[in-house]
Amino acid sequence: MVWRTIARHLFSSHAGPRRADPAVVQALRRKLQAAGMKTLGRSLAIRHVAAGSCNGCELELRATQNLIHDLTQYGLSFTPSPRHADVLLITGVAGRNMVDAVRQTRAAMPDPVFVIAVGDCAVDGGVFKGSPMVGGGAEAILPVDLVIAGCAPTPGQIIEGLLALLEANAQLPRRRR
Amino acid sequence: MILCTEDEWQQTAGDLIALWTDATHAYALYHPGILRAVALTGGAYPALDAAGAAWFQRLAYDLNGHVATGAQDTRPAIEHYRAPDGTAAWPEFMPITGEGVHQIGVGPVHAGIIEPGYFRFSLCGEQILKLEIRLGYAHKAVLALMRSKSPRVAARFAARVSGDATVAHALAFAHATEAALALTPPRRAVYLRAIMAEIERLANHCGDIGAIAGDAGFAFLDARFAFHRENLCAAAFVAFGHRLMMDVVIPGGVAGDLHTGGAAAILAALDGLETELPALTRVFEDYTSLQDRLIGTGIIPPPLAHAYAAGGVVGRASGRADDARQSPGYAPYDTMTLQIPVANAGDVAARLRIRLAEMTASLEMVRHWLRGLPEDGIAVAPPAGEGMGLGVAESFRGPVWVWLVLRAGVISDIFIADPSTAHWPMLEHAAPGGILADFPLINRSINASYSGVDL
Ligand code: SF4
Repeated sequence: MVWRTIARHLFSSHAGPRRADPAVVQALRRKLQAAGMKTLGRSLAIRHVAAGSCNGCELELRATQNLIHDLTQYGLSFTPSPRHADVLLITGVAGRNMVDAVRQTRAAMPDPVFVIAVGDCAVDGGVFKGSPMVGGGAEAILPVDLVIAGCAPTPGQIIEGLLALLEANAQLPRRRR
Repeated sequence: MILCTEDEWQQTAGDLIALWTDATHAYALYHPGILRAVALTGGAYPALDAAGAAWFQRLAYDLNGHVATGAQDTRPAIEHYRAPDGTAAWPEFMPITGEGVHQIGVGPVHAGIIEPGYFRFSLCGEQILKLEIRLGYAHKAVLALMRSKSPRVAARFAARVSGDATVAHALAFAHATEAALALTPPRRAVYLRAIMAEIERLANHCGDIGAIAGDAGFAFLDARFAFHRENLCAAAFVAFGHRLMMDVVIPGGVAGDLHTGGAAAILAALDGLETELPALTRVFEDYTSLQDRLIGTGIIPPPLAHAYAAGGVVGRASGRADDARQSPGYAPYDTMTLQIPVANAGDVAARLRIRLAEMTASLEMVRHWLRGLPEDGIAVAPPAGEGMGLGVAESFRGPVWVWLVLRAGVISDIFIADPSTAHWPMLEHAAPGGILADFPLINRSINASYSGVDL
């Protein structure tokens, strides 16, 4: 029965030694509380565009949402609609066949938009640098605000990067209402 | 390799796995590793009848400009800019006529965190009448990048053809290199590779099973399977220094030994998964509302799977008892009997059950190997030799085949066939008849790789 299973997991702690490093998690949460709570007062919605990755970066992006990394606890979430998004997150080399799609996604987002390149591929082409199909990462299509390097960056690194963005955002002047 | 005349070439030699061309020849690979070649005349070769040949023939044109004479399907495969002025010259999608028929386009940017691809649905009401898939958005010219590199350098690219199957791709590449150079890796490396390959299978099956349940509205199962997937990735990080185990499998062996504490971390992740697996499996069996979404959905009838010589979970759920670990087979699986689960229903539920059955087997294997690892070193350096090699490894999706030619210590030519090549056209067949709302389930139960075929 599903209810019994749910109940068991509500009251049992996972003794498994595989937990996200609590020190890192704690530090991240504190960082967010310091950054987000103070000035932001809202959460950021992310529109992800896979622009020619090997799909390794997508696996790690998805892992940021699991029970261990729990991205939403920081007020960060992925949204399917570019209209709701504050952040355009690009993975992959942004090769020739994805240029139009990336531009159109950006155009569909309301300003202001933060653009983040996640993974070495999106940073500068990564291992695929020098391929005739690859123009040098996301920056070749759009101005990029933040890069999160790694091949693939771990969920922890991705979250840290996103939190850094939150922090920087908090120091921006407030928009007039 | 068998050199054929054009007539011999056109006669089938069983299940076609892949087809590709180099500067002088076209090659056809048949199960379980029969390689045939025919000389190109004026950049052309006779098209093959096998259903699975169509994609490879389109790909050969896009990659090398070689024409399959007599081919029915001449649409581009991955090249979006065929016109000389650099504009997209894709042929139009099939027009649809009939009262109440409309089309929906999805992609290349998808709703979730997924790779890019474009789906064009023709629908009547909710019912899917036709699906056409356009790929190539993740094209990175990886084969071109691998040429004129040494095997050890090129292994970094092989590991990134499809990141979720990085171990299997790197393994198939290593097998091909080792076959070309007549190299035998140390036994410890062979076992470490197999441990990584099975952890990769477990992690991906967890991801797929959870996502299927999640798409059917059972977020609880999705969360639990994602939790176990995370544990396996974290254990892989402790044991091999990378969560996806990229760049650990290299030609000649493995790049690094099992780290201290690695075995314990892996065993703990396996224990956690094994303890909860029966309870999670029961949820699938107990909930008719869940079964209603899975049973009879996205059927791939066995004749279709045979026509495409589909491998992996998709093939095994549609009556094909093929597993590259057993046929043609490779170490260390060749010394053991592998239980290969097979079903005939060919629906989402069957593909899910095959995955569950495979997980139990993989759990056992990893435990068994961790108990007694040989102590004979982890790698031998590949000599700068020459030769042609064929290699295979069973990824969580199915068999990955690599063919390569080495000259003066570097790769002069290479082709990589991901099992997804057979799975994409079957998705086009499996979707019609169902409703649009079932498409995510069907798609996820097949889970073909975009990057793996876009190359
Ligand atoms: S950065 Fe690495 S893991 Fe990410 S898409 Fe590129 S090759 Fe794959």
